[in-house]
Amino acid sequence: MLQVNKRPESLLDVKMHYCPGCGHGIVHRLVAEAMDELGIRERTVGVAPVGCAVFADHYFNCDMIQGPHGRGPAIATGIKRSKPGCIVFSYQGDGDLASIGMCETVHSAGRGENITIIFINNAIYGMTGGQMAPTTLIGQKATTCPMGRDPQVNGYPIRVCELLATLDGSRYLERTSIHTAAHVIKAKKAIKKAFQYQVEGKGFSMVEVLSTCPTNMGISPLDACKFVQEKMLPMYPLGVYKDVPGGKANVSGN
Amino acid sequence: MGEKLLMKGNDAMAEGAVRAGCRFFAGYPITPQNEVPEYMSWRLPQAGGSFVQAESEVAAINMLYGAAATGIRCMTSSSSPGISLKQEGISYAAGADLPIFFANVVRGGPGLGNIAGAQGDYFQSVRGGGHGDYRTFVMAPDSVEEMGNFPLHCYEVAEKYRVPAMVLADGVLGQMMEPLEFRFPQVDPKTLQSPDWALGECKGRKNRLVGSYDLSEGKLEVMTLNRGKRYAEIEAKEVMFESRQCEDAQVVLIAYGIAARACGAALKMARAEGLKVGLFRPITLWPFPKSQLRALADRVDSFLVVEMSMGQMVDDVRLATEFRAPVHLHARPSGVTPTGEEILKRIKDALKAGKGERVCCK
Ligand SMILES: Cc1ncc(C[n+]2csc(CCOP(=O)(O)OP(=O)(O)O)c2C)c(N)n1
Ligand code: SF4
Repeated sequence: MLQVNKRPESLLDVKMHYCPGCGHGIVHRLVAEAMDELGIRERTVGVAPVGCAVFADHYFNCDMIQGPHGRGPAIATGIKRSKPGCIVFSYQGDGDLASIGMCETVHSAGRGENITIIFINNAIYGMTGGQMAPTTLIGQKATTCPMGRDPQVNGYPIRVCELLATLDGSRYLERTSIHTAAHVIKAKKAIKKAFQYQVEGKGFSMVEVLSTCPTNMGISPLDACKFVQEKMLPMYPLGVYKDVPGGKANVSGN
Repeated sequence: MGEKLLMKGNDAMAEGAVRAGCRFFAGYPITPQNEVPEYMSWRLPQAGGSFVQAESEVAAINMLYGAAATGIRCMTSSSSPGISLKQEGISYAAGADLPIFFANVVRGGPGLGNIAGAQGDYFQSVRGGGHGDYRTFVMAPDSVEEMGNFPLHCYEVAEKYRVPAMVLADGVLGQMMEPLEFRFPQVDPKTLQSPDWALGECKGRKNRLVGSYDLSEGKLEVMTLNRGKRYAEIEAKEVMFESRQCEDAQVVLIAYGIAARACGAALKMARAEGLKVGLFRPITLWPFPKSQLRALADRVDSFLVVEMSMGQMVDDVRLATEFRAPVHLHARPSGVTPTGEEILKRIKDALKAGKGERVCCK
């Protein structure tokens, strides 16, 4: 029989805890496939976040560390500087990356740290039960803005790719999505390219993935995909925000 | 080894860490410890290591968390407000059993306080500081010599028991210059064995995890209690203290760090006047030299604790001595260093009171 697909070696054969229709599981697979294809699994160290992907350290088949909420890029910096031969990635949600960890995110990009960030933007706090995220859309309901996000009260959503693109230290930034199969394939390409840049020592790379949280949006998985298509894409346009193919990382370890 | 050098306390501590094998430092400027990151910024690259000026203390301690997880010797340092920010990361390191090493060159507080030497961070250092049940191995130097030599000991204890270890110094020690000798051969990190939990390349072995959580019922309790066994072992084996002229003493001074230096001056003056005074200096603040103090408590008339805080260690002294002798306190908080003369006066008050009531409680 012809085998057309199999579990990536970089993903452990364990049952994931994600809700039906959640984007995290898809992105885990994409990251794992990219690691397999680049042959970097045995030298990759991943940083798991606080958030729904907190158990990512139990899913990836490489060395993993779990750190405080938002501090992934700082932890990745310490690992990369200590083991420059390793490929280091930090996997983070939008609360993790754009709220509590915004400082660490901006500065690791500013330093041109040769690390890769996988950034899941589902416009909500998943794990703590649906509170407003920095990325929650105007008018979108969340448990801490039950009438919908009002910019007069809650401020405006933050576009992270656009923000980081202004920094000289960032080398590859792309916003992708997983709401259709075609977009999943594009997201995979971007993730692979981001890791490839790190392998080549080019510096800071981040892939933002627009994702779904049907549970906290209180809608079906299919409607969650529709939400991404209709509501999130206008606010968060897909595309490459930075690509410096000739660049070299500013920094190195010992 | 053997070479006498003249150094500032902060520089000596940084050099001591490098000689002990430190190859990664992350920090953020704050007075009075700025010499440490400044020194590391040129010294570490020279030694083949890496220095990062982090964007905040929060980032610095998390860089350390990542670096320590790879099994290398690393360091961060700060002063009081910065250490408060680092507590989140220190708690995570304790929870993940990572041997991190950091230094607090204490200044006057609370809040922004001032930049003079102080001892107001005692509770924060010996009681945990961050959230959760954990302990930090704490060494309190009283000289530039000890500033330079304690980092190695901190690394060794931190690695043996997989706990955070710290040097608790203060602004005076950080800024003063004294001759010192590094009393150990330089450590080449290449000769150190990589621990069997260190992250890195997983070729040929199962992947490893470093983390501080377990959500399954009861498991975290088991993890914490097991850690508690290591803490008990540290308390049994790793206590360090210095005792001077306590044998015939009626009053024993108790102080650590720069306050112990002032007590040393007072001790000399008192003995010159024929007064029976001794000095007991805890070198490890956690573990605290409990049984040694307990043994003294039955022999002396009273203790006089001299602290550059409102009185924090004095609580540990009372607990250790089980109230068997009066414990007096001479407190100079928030950036004042006591003088030998004023301590001598307190000694005389204590001698007069004998085994009676507590006298001085400034
Ligand atoms: C210091 C700290 N603050 C708050 C929390 C609680 N917390 C856990 S997950 C989370 C939100 C995570 O949201 P996000 O990063 O968007 O990830 P998602 O769950 O949506 O995947 C928060 C606030 C924490 N663990 N630590
Ligand atoms: S709560 Fe949302 S983000 Fe979290 S696992 Fe469920 S669907 Fe995914």
